[in-house]
Amino acid sequence: MSDIINLTLSALINKIKKKELSSQEITNAYIARAEKSKDLNTYITTDFENAIEKAKKFDEKGNFDYKLPGVPLAVKDLFCTNNLKTTAGSKILSNFIPSYESTVTQHLWDEGAILLGKLNCDEFAMGSSNETSFFGNVESPVGKKVVPGGSSGGSASALAAKLTPATIGTDTGGSIRQPASFTGTVGLKPTYGSCSRYGIVAFASSLDQAGPMTQDVSDAALMLDVISKYDTKDSTSVNFKRGDYFKSLSSNIKGKKIGIPKEYRVDGMPKEIESLWQDGITLLKKLGAKIIDISLPHTKYALPAYYIVAPAEASSNLARYDGVKYGYRSEGENLISMYENTRSEGFGDEVKRRIMIGTYVLSSGYYDAYYLKAQKIRRLIKNDFDEAYKSVDAILTPSTPSSAFKIGDKTDDPVSMYLNDIFTVPVNLSGLPAISIPAGKDKNNYPLGLQLIGKAFEEQNLLDISYSMEKELSFKNNLQDWWIK
Amino acid sequence: MSIDLKTIKHIAKLSRISIDDKKAKELEKDLNSIFEFIEALNKVDTKKVDPLTSIAETSLKLRGDDVKTKNIREQILKNSPDENKDFFVVPKVVE
Repeated sequence: MSDIINLTLSALINKIKKKELSSQEITNAYIARAEKSKDLNTYITTDFENAIEKAKKFDEKGNFDYKLPGVPLAVKDLFCTNNLKTTAGSKILSNFIPSYESTVTQHLWDEGAILLGKLNCDEFAMGSSNETSFFGNVESPVGKKVVPGGSSGGSASALAAKLTPATIGTDTGGSIRQPASFTGTVGLKPTYGSCSRYGIVAFASSLDQAGPMTQDVSDAALMLDVISKYDTKDSTSVNFKRGDYFKSLSSNIKGKKIGIPKEYRVDGMPKEIESLWQDGITLLKKLGAKIIDISLPHTKYALPAYYIVAPAEASSNLARYDGVKYGYRSEGENLISMYENTRSEGFGDEVKRRIMIGTYVLSSGYYDAYYLKAQKIRRLIKNDFDEAYKSVDAILTPSTPSSAFKIGDKTDDPVSMYLNDIFTVPVNLSGLPAISIPAGKDKNNYPLGLQLIGKAFEEQNLLDISYSMEKELSFKNNLQDWWIK
Repeated sequence: MSIDLKTIKHIAKLSRISIDDKKAKELEKDLNSIFEFIEALNKVDTKKVDPLTSIAETSLKLRGDDVKTKNIREQILKNSPDENKDFFVVPKVVE
């Protein structure tokens, strides 16, 4: 059994195709491990009985030509799953059972994957440490009482703890890449418009994007092949020619031009992050890439602009939670007080804060000063990248300004929590693809990640560069399974 | 610029979120520290910049208004917090 859970996704698929392992053996192995790993609090909802049933059916008459033949997977609880509770980590959706399936999860099942269950996340994906979920904090397998990052914290923790061979998360300001960096895993945020947003509980619609979280870069390419498809159900889905990412993977990056933006060298950045970045630069040179110093002058305005744009969109998106058609309801003496009580009791503190910020910046008299201003800054940030991409193919930065911290360390000060996303947010504002790969460890032995940012729709380039780096880095988490009961 | 308690209560009202005085004071502190951070944007001259409203710079496509999912009435109503089988129910709005 320990052999099974130590396999990468692509290795598992090989074994299934060669009939060396059955879907049932694999599914049972992951379920058994999840049962012993409850202390990490990664799952909100498990669907184990159905998973075993589906694995049995796959073994009897499954299609072995599928890309994910009989592979059990758990996914972030932000993706609507038909007939299975979908909570978005919130009390207000704690009893919501969708009557439809999100497009990206449907793609997984259409390629033969089997749903294990729904993974914990920050409430409505608002958070950087998985401490805002109504269903409790998630612990990271990298250390006791350490946060897995957020908002896809349950996904990152489950993946690193080997409770699922791969998973998918969503990334609005760094919610795939930051937790991947904190847990020593690979996280890819595709270009805006690559993966359908249909059926994903909306947070900030102009920024939200689903993407793979995996053990290595080839697994990320494989997952991207499955989930990146044009979808008429999402009005911002883009119909571009997608690559054959997994098959086309190449580790030859000779002559590729990599930009190093000086603005990412922020005040107070720990030495270990600085040297991680330097080592990354040295490695890229060794691999034959050309290093070019670049400037992204508006970088420091990305986070403040994000904290106008994202809450503004969230306040509109979350207006639908009114206790009428679905979700939690608290009674009131009239319609308005029913709304107000429902939303007051149904939403947690961070979500309320962001709804209030959003409502304020969109309110009469403040729209131009805040929302319009932020959209203009957003243009400047995107222009910075457009300018840089005239001379480089990709950009290398650290994924986060620090390694993982302890649960409770940053919950008192919202701004210090927001600063976690300082390196990831500019990418969402510009709609670009970016990947975080594990590249080293800090003094506590917690993982550190490097981020590669690419040109729009050039995921292949990003995957190739990270694939070639990964081979040389040979990062290992070496977790001690301390949480197993 | 700082946001006072009265404004906090007004925003809460607009947001349809009921808050007591204790919560309002907490929010006053949090929102002021967040807006202090946001004010950095005022240093940037944006007079000649067009706002970026959407990253996917394509026009929205038209499609037929066709029903694709049928017979889910019961399933949809099942998620309603109220017990009534046939309608969504809200507190009385007309006297």
